[in-house]
Amino acid sequence: MEQKTKIAAEDGKQDLVITREFDLPLDLLFRAYTDLEIVEEWMTSKVVKLENKKGGSYQLEKKDDKGNVVFAAGGVIHEFIPERKITRTFEMANAPAGVQLEIYQFERLTDDTSKLRMHVIYESAAQRDQVMQWGFTQGINMAHDRLQAAAGQAAHRRPR
Amino acid sequence: MNLRRDVFQAIADPTRRAILLLVASQAMTAGAIASNFDTARPTVSKHLAILTECELLSQEQNGREIYYHFNAKKMKEVADFIEPFRQMWDDRFNKIETIMKKFKSK
Repeated sequence: MEQKTKIAAEDGKQDLVITREFDLPLDLLFRAYTDLEIVEEWMTSKVVKLENKKGGSYQLEKKDDKGNVVFAAGGVIHEFIPERKITRTFEMANAPAGVQLEIYQFERLTDDTSKLRMHVIYESAAQRDQVMQWGFTQGINMAHDRLQAAAGQAAHRRPR
Repeated sequence: MNLRRDVFQAIADPTRRAILLLVASQAMTAGAIASNFDTARPTVSKHLAILTECELLSQEQNGREIYYHFNAKKMKEVADFIEPFRQMWDDRFNKIETIMKKFKSK
């Protein structure tokens, strides 16, 4: 069976392309990225701020039971074209991943299917490889858990 | 790190991928491999050298002939590097799909 999610990462380059075809109409796919409550649901983080406009910014945060911030990330939106394109920066606090530039392109395939193309550009090739290697043990998605486990240390830090 | 870089460079080339496919089914001599391609023999030799260097192929002397073997273990390392990262994104996208389908059915 062909894989729905594809990763193209040429060696020695500082970017990668993630593509995915969804069994969702374009408007619903776009909504998943722009509706605050829906983003909260799939990111399993609190969306502190989400300004869907050029020059706007967004902020995600996850706290443990004691109220310590265990995951914080955010960035600035540079381009916002409804149901077509979002260009934004992404930076995770307390993680040595630097700032990455993310270009999301949303495309209608049929009435019921759509496609997302994410072009992610990192500060360096080494940094991109580092982020990809995190996939071995946790990945960004599970970074929450990693930070949760290290909550003792995290409690003493503040997100940037 | 450099080794991995070499492996990725090795499989980035379509001729080298074709060579790997050929040798994966059976060990072959350089001559036998080259006879499958229109490419000049020295070019094929160069590809074989690169594939051997990054351990995707290994050489084995058999009498007067040198046979090239496919190193499946090394190939698996290459696939394993991206796969967990891909899986992580796939999980996330599946989640989005599941969540949004609720809206679709409304």
